[in-house]
Amino acid sequence: MSSHQAPGQRHQLRVGDSPWVKGLLIGFTLFLTVILLVVPLIAIFQQAFVEGAAHYFNSLLEADTLHAIGLTLVVAALTVPINLVFGVMLAWSVTRFEFPGRKILMTLMDIPFAVSPVVAGLLYLLLYGNNGWIGSWLYDQDIQLMFAWPGIVMVTVFVTCPFVARELIPLMQQQGREDEEAAVILGASGWQLFRRVTLPNIKWALIYGVILTNARAVGEFGAVSVVSGNIRGETNTLPLHVQLQYEDYQAAAAFASASLLAMIALLTLLLKAFIEWRQERSLNIEAEKERQVTQ
Amino acid sequence: MSILIENISKTFGHFQALSPLSLDINEGEMIGLLGPSGSGKTTLLRIIAGLEGADTGRIQFGDRDVTNLHVRDRRVGFVFQNYALFRHMTVADNVAFGLEVLPRKERPSATEIKKRVMHLLDMVQLSHLANRFPSQLSGGQKQRIALARALATQPEVLLLDEPFGALDAKVRKELRRWLRGLHDELGFTSVFVTHDQEEALELSDRVVVMSNGNIEQIDQPGALYASPNSRFVFDFLGNANVFEGNVENGKWHNQQANIVLPAGLEEKGAGEKDGQLYIRSHEFFVSKEPTAQANLPLRVIAINPIGAEVRLELTPIDWQSNDVWEIDLPHKAFDKNCFEKGQTLYVTPKAGYFFAHDATQPVLLNWETEKAVAATTA
Repeated sequence: MSSHQAPGQRHQLRVGDSPWVKGLLIGFTLFLTVILLVVPLIAIFQQAFVEGAAHYFNSLLEADTLHAIGLTLVVAALTVPINLVFGVMLAWSVTRFEFPGRKILMTLMDIPFAVSPVVAGLLYLLLYGNNGWIGSWLYDQDIQLMFAWPGIVMVTVFVTCPFVARELIPLMQQQGREDEEAAVILGASGWQLFRRVTLPNIKWALIYGVILTNARAVGEFGAVSVVSGNIRGETNTLPLHVQLQYEDYQAAAAFASASLLAMIALLTLLLKAFIEWRQERSLNIEAEKERQVTQ
Repeated sequence: MSILIENISKTFGHFQALSPLSLDINEGEMIGLLGPSGSGKTTLLRIIAGLEGADTGRIQFGDRDVTNLHVRDRRVGFVFQNYALFRHMTVADNVAFGLEVLPRKERPSATEIKKRVMHLLDMVQLSHLANRFPSQLSGGQKQRIALARALATQPEVLLLDEPFGALDAKVRKELRRWLRGLHDELGFTSVFVTHDQEEALELSDRVVVMSNGNIEQIDQPGALYASPNSRFVFDFLGNANVFEGNVENGKWHNQQANIVLPAGLEEKGAGEKDGQLYIRSHEFFVSKEPTAQANLPLRVIAINPIGAEVRLELTPIDWQSNDVWEIDLPHKAFDKNCFEKGQTLYVTPKAGYFFAHDATQPVLLNWETEKAVAATTA
């Protein structure tokens, strides 16, 4: 910042720009990042392979582990589309319509972020368990939701439902409704409007929301552990399975399963970075073109 | 297509955006809705388009009652203030949109659509930009693309919301002329919203002046300028100086200043009453001494050459006025007198409009200023 100043002249430092503070802050942050984030991540893979690659793959191919992987994927595959549709509908209604209770709805939407997942799990148990208010009626109809996969999907949907809407709402507010009004005046039907105008406008934010939803759906532990009943090979998702294996003194197998979750997390981060880069690039291109035109 | 607006009103919560109002627009006419922000002009335009529903009243396009018709089926062209071009589509796709969303039975073939799009782009003189994206266009180009898109479905009614609001002065003037030409050539009926009086007067066949959700006056530009029928219209059309006077001995007085009542006021039905005089900035004679007709001392606070005229900004000396007075002089008259900032000078009105305190309609005033001035200088 001061390279243009003549040597010998006193450096005019910006506020908070003392080299001591700067070095200390950056150093300390890096140190914490390494201890708290990087070392544990490496340790997961180190521990997973501690008994060799063969053992690693064998423990992953164990029937219960495969079932846990399968169930986790099914839960994510059901949760993501449900919350995709729900998130778009929610974002659409609060940004495009004025109705009483709109502000309250926007606040309510964040409950899954605010409340502990364990509490969410307990609430669902209370409502839908065999002795619960709705659950006892369902029990009479021979429908079991809790301690079975539908319950796991329900709590996962609850825990992940704000992600898509949270991504979309600020964007849709900023873009306003003029584009949509223009499309309708030109004769577009509701579906044409959504597919040809709204969806392309929110595409990247939507994908971003889906990635976050998926990451959380795969990794959710607290709420799922309350409603799953931990039946090995039946209602165990991957995070629950990691805990079970660890409690059974199968440390290496537990870390092998954990390494899968860690890889999903890394993949999510990569995708997230890619999408941020895409979004930024499209904005930069627009800004660049704007500059060329105005010159 | 003619547009009939009958008793349309609209409230937003407790805010009365439009009081019941009616307006008849003839086929092929170009109407400017002129008013300050909050006057309801944009609301009226949106109600005509169908983007907003009216609380009461009826709208008819030609013989067709469209009051309860959905926006989609009204088939109007609409140009938004910020253009609202689809940013992810090329210019050509933007223009083609209205044709491509037609039901399959009515939709032209792909080649036909392409042909029509190119024709429209030729018409707005931008066919070389067909494959660009909106973000690559300048404001004036965006505006013309928005217009081509609105005209693609061949609407008989074209509605424009502050069409030139976001453009710089030169482009605005050029586009205004071009739009007028297009309107005359294609013969659609246009309604546009503006807060710029010059734009409204230059472009419209008739101007609708609005304030507080009411129509103040509907007239051709010339008539509107010659006979504004209310204080609001006078104030809004601008460039008028207001002199508040009380009658005494055949003169309007305001502290030290006075103006002689012109002859023949009685016959016009005004009599000797207190009230306000509205005098346009170019209707003055300027001198270094008071004249037999008026004693209006003013101090020069700014001198701005504007085009063919020089505009003097003045403040009253020893009398009251709400605003700074503006007086336009031809360069010749200005050069002859060599006015300077801080100098005191006297103005004498040649013509003006008088609103008596109890009247809503003005009376036109004409002094025989030449004689009065000649008498003084003689």
